Amino acid sequence: MTATAEKTTSNGARSRLSTNWVDGFLMLIRVAAVLVIATGLVAFVYQSVTGTGGLTGPAFRDLLVAGLAQGAMYGLLALGYSMVYGVLGFINFAHGEVFMSGAVVSFFIANALFNAGWWTDAFLLSLAIVLFSAMLVSTVVAVLIERIAYRPLRSAPRLIPLITSIGVSFFLQNAFFGLFGPAVKNYPPAPAWLTARRSFLGFQIEGTKALVIVVAAVSSVALYFFITRTRTGKAMRAVAEDKEIAALMGINVDRTIVTTFAVGGAMAGVAGLAWAILFRGVSFITGFIPGIKAFTAAVVGGIGNLGGAIGGGVFLGLAESVAPLVVLEPLGVVGVSQLKDAVAFSVLVLVLVFRPQGLFGERLSAEDRV
Amino acid sequence: MTVDWRKARNWGFYAGASLVFIAAIGMVEAFDRRPLITPGVSLGLASLLWVPPLFAFIATRRQQLEGFETGKAGVSEVGAGALVGLLSGSMLWLFTALVDATFQTDFNIRDIFPKLGPAMVRLLTFEQGLGTGALIIVLGTVVLGALGAGLHLLPGPLRSGVVQGILWVFAIALTQAIVDDIFDNDTTEFIANALYAPGNGLKIPAAIVIFIVAGGLAWWAATRDTPSIRERLNRMDPADQRRTTMIALVITVVVFAVLPRFLGGILNELLANVGLFILMALGLNIVIGLAGILDLGYVAFFAVGAYGTAVLTSPGSPAFSPELPWWLALPVVILMATAAGLLVGTPVIRMRGDYLAIVTLGFGEIVRLLFLSDWLSANFGGSQGIRQIPGIEWFTGEIRGVDPDRIFYMVAIFVLVAIYVSWRLQYSRVGRAWMAMREDETVAEAMGINTVTAKLLAFIIGAILASFGGAIFAAKVGSVFPNSFELLVSIIILVVVIVGGMGNIPGVMLGAVLLIGVLGGPTQPGLLQEFQEFKLLIYGVLLVVVMLVKPEGLLPSRHRSRELHHEEMSQDAWLTAGVGAQEEEAVAAT
Repeated sequence: MTATAEKTTSNGARSRLSTNWVDGFLMLIRVAAVLVIATGLVAFVYQSVTGTGGLTGPAFRDLLVAGLAQGAMYGLLALGYSMVYGVLGFINFAHGEVFMSGAVVSFFIANALFNAGWWTDAFLLSLAIVLFSAMLVSTVVAVLIERIAYRPLRSAPRLIPLITSIGVSFFLQNAFFGLFGPAVKNYPPAPAWLTARRSFLGFQIEGTKALVIVVAAVSSVALYFFITRTRTGKAMRAVAEDKEIAALMGINVDRTIVTTFAVGGAMAGVAGLAWAILFRGVSFITGFIPGIKAFTAAVVGGIGNLGGAIGGGVFLGLAESVAPLVVLEPLGVVGVSQLKDAVAFSVLVLVLVFRPQGLFGERLSAEDRV
Repeated sequence: MTVDWRKARNWGFYAGASLVFIAAIGMVEAFDRRPLITPGVSLGLASLLWVPPLFAFIATRRQQLEGFETGKAGVSEVGAGALVGLLSGSMLWLFTALVDATFQTDFNIRDIFPKLGPAMVRLLTFEQGLGTGALIIVLGTVVLGALGAGLHLLPGPLRSGVVQGILWVFAIALTQAIVDDIFDNDTTEFIANALYAPGNGLKIPAAIVIFIVAGGLAWWAATRDTPSIRERLNRMDPADQRRTTMIALVITVVVFAVLPRFLGGILNELLANVGLFILMALGLNIVIGLAGILDLGYVAFFAVGAYGTAVLTSPGSPAFSPELPWWLALPVVILMATAAGLLVGTPVIRMRGDYLAIVTLGFGEIVRLLFLSDWLSANFGGSQGIRQIPGIEWFTGEIRGVDPDRIFYMVAIFVLVAIYVSWRLQYSRVGRAWMAMREDETVAEAMGINTVTAKLLAFIIGAILASFGGAIFAAKVGSVFPNSFELLVSIIILVVVIVGGMGNIPGVMLGAVLLIGVLGGPTQPGLLQEFQEFKLLIYGVLLVVVMLVKPEGLLPSRHRSRELHHEEMSQDAWLTAGVGAQEEEAVAAT
């Protein structure tokens, strides 16, 4: 009896020791991260004040606007990750490819509209058509993926659907490579009145970036009303809360999950249009990096939390656009623009080390909360 | 119960969509240059041929219900199979007709789908024009579908004979290059000549002979109901068991020791690549298969091994260049890999499994981006990489990539080490802790397993095996570039482990041989160089299909499949043991 008790304590002590060791290491990472960021910021401020480097006011404001526009796009994409995680409890790795499919297919519509002269004559109408087609394609792809690849795995251990979604993502990338070729497809340029810079509250904002921010804001407000005010939205929230009880309340769980994928896909379609406006070039690998960044945004905002997804997207967009120049460059790192993606991934690592539940708190379903 | 016609209709559409997809990505056209059986079947045609029978077979499969007699298959099955064929063939023809119709208009379909063109239409209509072509396509798919479904009518052994016969014919036709290479000397050359028309695929008589021999053997084996090798081994007493295993092991080693002597350069290169991936897959198997940690940044450790070796051995290393011999660099590389494993492992150890996957993926990308960046290019050469990496010193001289057979021996030594390590670890205290952790982390912790140490150990051992791979890779290629270490490598190793069978050493090795050997690695060509263009697509499809159909892989580990099919198994146990259990309860009650 005593021997067992002793053994337990010694085991407990040992595991506490190693736990402490890991905690210490994590603390070290935290301290190091804070130190690096603080040193960088101080150096930045110093250099800006003394005029030996840093950024001018307008350049800094440009960075903020660019980060905000890109962040809005990440936020739209993050919604899909967040909704699916909230309902099914797994990372839909292929969501980046859903976004890519909308952007790539719509390119051909945009090109046709351009050749027909509509793109220049009635830009907003053509943009609406392209937006609609991107949303349609992305929605169809998302629903098909759910039907073919994820539904049979509803009750599998949680890593199984994740691995499957990696396969789906790989397949979609290479299918688009095979079908549409490897070339980067450039959307026709936006008309001059849109690309022009206008001053707004002291910011010089490019029209395209403003357009992306407005489109993202409008669609997230629409999504908000859809989720909170409609019966379907209510059903989605119920299924996210607890699938079994939702089913007992007479909600068609399968159909609601399909709706979730469809809505996520539609938002990815909007993000696809945002990408087209901001960067113009799309190809079969377009979805991969933005997909991972959007997942990062979803985690940063707190997974399952839709407001958080948008917030996380904006946070990530700003961090990615500002941090290389404000933190890394003053530290003497050269070629910081190459490290943009590395910064985004570091944000992911740091957020998960500092605050795994995200900045705004996560919302998980009953079974995942345990 | 009659045939489920709705199911047949659905599968008909799936088959049609698959056929159209295969045609639209240009597989038919690209593979048409490669004849399989002369005259008649090219690889391009074969890439379509398998679809209708397989889908018809699946569509007409009866659901097996426990404890119920499955109804006998009849003519209606063949009808349903023909329906699958009819639908799929019609869809393919419709697609061809649509593509053809665009040629009459101004609209150039190649602007959207670059692979579609007149050549594809000619192929799909067998150069007979749309009308006759339609007849051939639809008739062909109907017959194939009916044949596929008709397999259900055959008794089990005969069915497996027919299927295996067909598979062998295609396998031997596909491996023409390797068979030619093996028999490439005066005494045995006649075998290759009897099988193949030079550069033109299998001869028809040879195909028939192979079909009859292989199919007959399979049929004979299936009717005799012989116990499997594993069963027979289990029945022996322990001393015999050990001796048999040893003999088998020795034979395997001897075969692999002399094999490179008989193979040409290309095949030895292939063997060396397969070995390299076996090595890394065994490492990943410890992380994913045993410890249940989904590490998507595995390539980072491969990169650390390769870059570590490059910096330590190459005179071309930009900043720090001690020019150590490979064998002295190796211990340092092991230390580096351990450090990298700790560095990546510690922050992620407490995360949920799925978060961990994405974070490790992020780490993998960070490592590549750092090696690529201008910031560290003074140390690692940036996108220029590091060149002039010397080979591996051996008693008989330096081993380099130019003599693949010696690289193969080198790889084989490390593979043996990896097998030994994995095998000893599997049932050791640590290995059992890993498996307990994989099944249920909370319970494992409650049983007194220190999950933090166990996970870190898995990470580190995996990292060291990957760094071996990297070290050999650097010496073999002679240069390292950041672009050799893309996420793709992680994913391909993941597919190898999962298709082969997570947690099972022979399974993982089989996975590497089948996938890397046949399809090829991320940059390395495989046996079927024709598939080069579509390799990654096939990897993606394989990953999805395996996860949906057989998540435990081709050669599953017993523990792992028990976990994945837990519910079915407990149901089976309940059904078979139900009566007995009730009796026991009754006994206990009295």
